[in-house]
Amino acid sequence: MKRFVGPAGLTAILGTAVLMVIAFAGPGIWGEAATARSVPDRWTPAGAEFLFGTDDLGRDIFARVMVATRMSLLLTLGATAIGVTGGVIVGLTASILPKYPRRILIWLMDMLLAFPWLLLVLFFTVIWGATATGAMFAIGLAGIPNLTRLVYNLASSVSGQDYVRAARVVGVGPLGVLFRHILPNIANPLLVQVSASASVTLLSFAGLSFLGLGVQAPAYDWGRLINEGIGHIYTNPMAAIGPGVAIVFAGLVFTMIAEALADRPGQGLRGVAAAGRASLFPRGPGRKTRSDAAAVAPPVGGVDPGGDGTALAQVTDLSVSFPDGEGGFVERVRGVNLSVRPGEIVGIVGESGSGKSLTAMALAGLSDDRAIVKARTRRFDDIDLGTPLSRKEGKRLGTELGIVFQDPLTSLNPALRIGRQLTEVSRTHLGMSREEARQRAESGLDAVGIAEPRRRLKDYPHEFSGGMRQRAMIGMALTAGPRLIIADEPTTALDVTVQKQVLDVLHRAQRATDTAIVLISHDVALVSGFCDRVVVMKDGEVVENLDARRIREEARHPYTRGLIACLPDMRSDRTRPLPVIDDRSGPGEQDAGTPEVGAVSGAVRAGEESPL
Amino acid sequence: MGTAPRTHRPMAPVAAIARFNDRLSLRGSFAIRRSGRLVASLLIVVLASFFVVHLVPGDAVRAALGPTAPVGLVENTRADLGLDKPLPQQFTDYVGGLFRGDLGTSIQSRQDVAEVITSRFPTTLTLATLGFAVALVGALPLGMGAALIARSTKGGSANPVISGGLGVLIAIPDFLLSAILIAVFSVWLAVLPPAGWGDPGSLVLPVLGLSLGPMAYLARIVQVEMIKVLDSTYMTTAKAKRLPQRIVLFRHALPNIVTATLTVGGLLLSGLTAGTVIIETVFAVPGMGTTLISAVQTKDYPMIQGVVLVFALMVLGVNLLVDLILITVDPRTSISEG
Repeated sequence: MKRFVGPAGLTAILGTAVLMVIAFAGPGIWGEAATARSVPDRWTPAGAEFLFGTDDLGRDIFARVMVATRMSLLLTLGATAIGVTGGVIVGLTASILPKYPRRILIWLMDMLLAFPWLLLVLFFTVIWGATATGAMFAIGLAGIPNLTRLVYNLASSVSGQDYVRAARVVGVGPLGVLFRHILPNIANPLLVQVSASASVTLLSFAGLSFLGLGVQAPAYDWGRLINEGIGHIYTNPMAAIGPGVAIVFAGLVFTMIAEALADRPGQGLRGVAAAGRASLFPRGPGRKTRSDAAAVAPPVGGVDPGGDGTALAQVTDLSVSFPDGEGGFVERVRGVNLSVRPGEIVGIVGESGSGKSLTAMALAGLSDDRAIVKARTRRFDDIDLGTPLSRKEGKRLGTELGIVFQDPLTSLNPALRIGRQLTEVSRTHLGMSREEARQRAESGLDAVGIAEPRRRLKDYPHEFSGGMRQRAMIGMALTAGPRLIIADEPTTALDVTVQKQVLDVLHRAQRATDTAIVLISHDVALVSGFCDRVVVMKDGEVVENLDARRIREEARHPYTRGLIACLPDMRSDRTRPLPVIDDRSGPGEQDAGTPEVGAVSGAVRAGEESPL
Repeated sequence: MGTAPRTHRPMAPVAAIARFNDRLSLRGSFAIRRSGRLVASLLIVVLASFFVVHLVPGDAVRAALGPTAPVGLVENTRADLGLDKPLPQQFTDYVGGLFRGDLGTSIQSRQDVAEVITSRFPTTLTLATLGFAVALVGALPLGMGAALIARSTKGGSANPVISGGLGVLIAIPDFLLSAILIAVFSVWLAVLPPAGWGDPGSLVLPVLGLSLGPMAYLARIVQVEMIKVLDSTYMTTAKAKRLPQRIVLFRHALPNIVTATLTVGGLLLSGLTAGTVIIETVFAVPGMGTTLISAVQTKDYPMIQGVVLVFALMVLGVNLLVDLILITVDPRTSISEG
């Protein structure tokens, strides 16, 4: 299988092979050395003759570690089998039980889970006594609550899927659903968990034997050997460390098996909490820009008014690329020229992945740390954003450049009061007193139409409604008197009626203070109504740069014309399907009006999200 | 239709009071649910500790005293423990005893179980508290630092040295880690005592042995959470404000990782209470753990019942404490809990 080719897979296969060979052949090869007593050799320190030294009867500890492999692994597998069997039975039963018995069962398991495994194991050990099999049952049983919870979580994440519901609808019984639909679909994450839990079981067993509650003399496993060795750690530390190395090695092998079984790297290592669910919903490969896009759609309107030095903010020949995780880079923005004059409202339109946000963030000097940003010029006023900022420049950017993001719930810090978030720029950069800053914040909230601003400053963001949060965000951007506000899809997450309020607030602020605005949106109607100038982006490039008032007349690029054609107006024929933007055809072949399977997404997106 | 847009006219006093009551009732229902869970858990813990003697296959008293003990002694001991009475009466006696602080008498040493526990509890509590404190104090800077390093490198992958080191510390079982600590600090460097409990020096190794594993685990959680926080939009907002780095980290990032850190930390802390059993055994610390192990080995059931009960209560107490801290720190907990 392909997944066993990687480093984790190879380690897992090699490690398993080593463990199996030692477990099968160990007692035959080392059995004699492990039991041969030799009084003159008592407590020989680790050395060439005895790798881990000898014990109180002169027995070779290395040989004993090798022989103990079989016992340690068998007990581990036995306990794991008990835990997994119990967990699968209880977990799957729970998943098909009616609501109330299910809740009680899961509640009970959760309650048991609240207790550390060692306490549960000790409890069961008391019942079965301190023997190897008693410990095996104790550890197996103590593992059941955890595995039950896992199986139950996996099963319920699958049983909510459409195909399982469909099976129920057509009359497949609960057992049929269980064996035909749920079990096959959770098998892989379950296997990952089984290997991960085998690793934990191994350590638990060693722990119990170490406490003297597991394997009893004269039998021995690795934990027992550590127990015997630790008393003599002064004369021969390897007597305790040696068997420990074996335990850690075997634990690593189990972890590597889990890692190799997992669909995504890191999943097996992350073990209990994160596994399962992630592998049920594998993520598709990241979107890469098509390298032939430039050839298909040559930039038509790359002319950038304001690129003459009068601009407040400017980038020329901007490119933004990211590591693709395989050693190469994906260029997501290339050759973009953009400038914003003081007081100007510039809209950037484009579909998701067109690079409009990346461009704006590069313009604000807020690109992701992993992004590689290159530009001939990248400046805000006289501040060069391509070089590290001085303290003074940081101060100026913090006050003169405001940002508003798409989702106000995630762009305000959920753990801080609104007041704190609205005053800190004034306090830090403008040196205001607490009271001055608070008054400034109050008038900021007031300006964006939030009632009782003084009281509202004490609220947390989650106590605001969505529209209020976005207005607070704008109020925050306004508090320091910015010269440029970059608003990245500021209305997309909001109701249509609230969208209008938010845009009005932005507009008022712009007129009152002559702030320049860069408004990013996928909504060409919104942008052309709100902005002075519209920049159209596609596949990481600017394809057009137009006067917003004459966008319908001047648009040249087929993509822009497609976007505009998708806007319904009073003359639209409602009986005809919406036009389609076919981004595969060249400019001459553009035929707006023929729906075509596979190329509909652009039309649907533009059609659906335009406000009516 | 979506949700109606909220108006922003001044809120009437009545509405304000209703909102306040809302919050109170959310907290209230959380408190009720939480107490319900606590009571049920207590009941199960008491039942379990009561029944452990009865679940032992065969005759528990005979097992405890050994096959050579005279029949008369076995009968007497059984009567002392009240095991000859009917089961319901045994249970009411047991619960009644619990309320009086009477946990019975050891079969082996004839000592009062409650007295033994009282004398040994402070040691275990100190060990667990110190261990938790070290784990928490170490994990926060480690995890936050690891996340910052991971996010500032081009490529954004975690630093292999840090994640490898943390991975090793998580994977090594605590008794083995303790053995290594003893080998290094007591045998090789000979700076710290390998066993005992008393002067500050003797606390160092047990506390480290107990806390390093959980610390590494917690650091990993902090790292994951911190990376999530660093990737969040509100951190970009904070960056856009060009605040000094320490304000961005401590004011904007730290409060957002506290909830997850405490939730996992709570689980670790209850795990730590049990981990003391192993650590006490390695370092010969005279706490409840060593008492429990020798009681299990000698089948001293009254002692086992008492110590297991106290350990379970400690775990319940820790879980409750963490929940209480969480609702104080994060006002949203009580809501999302529902």
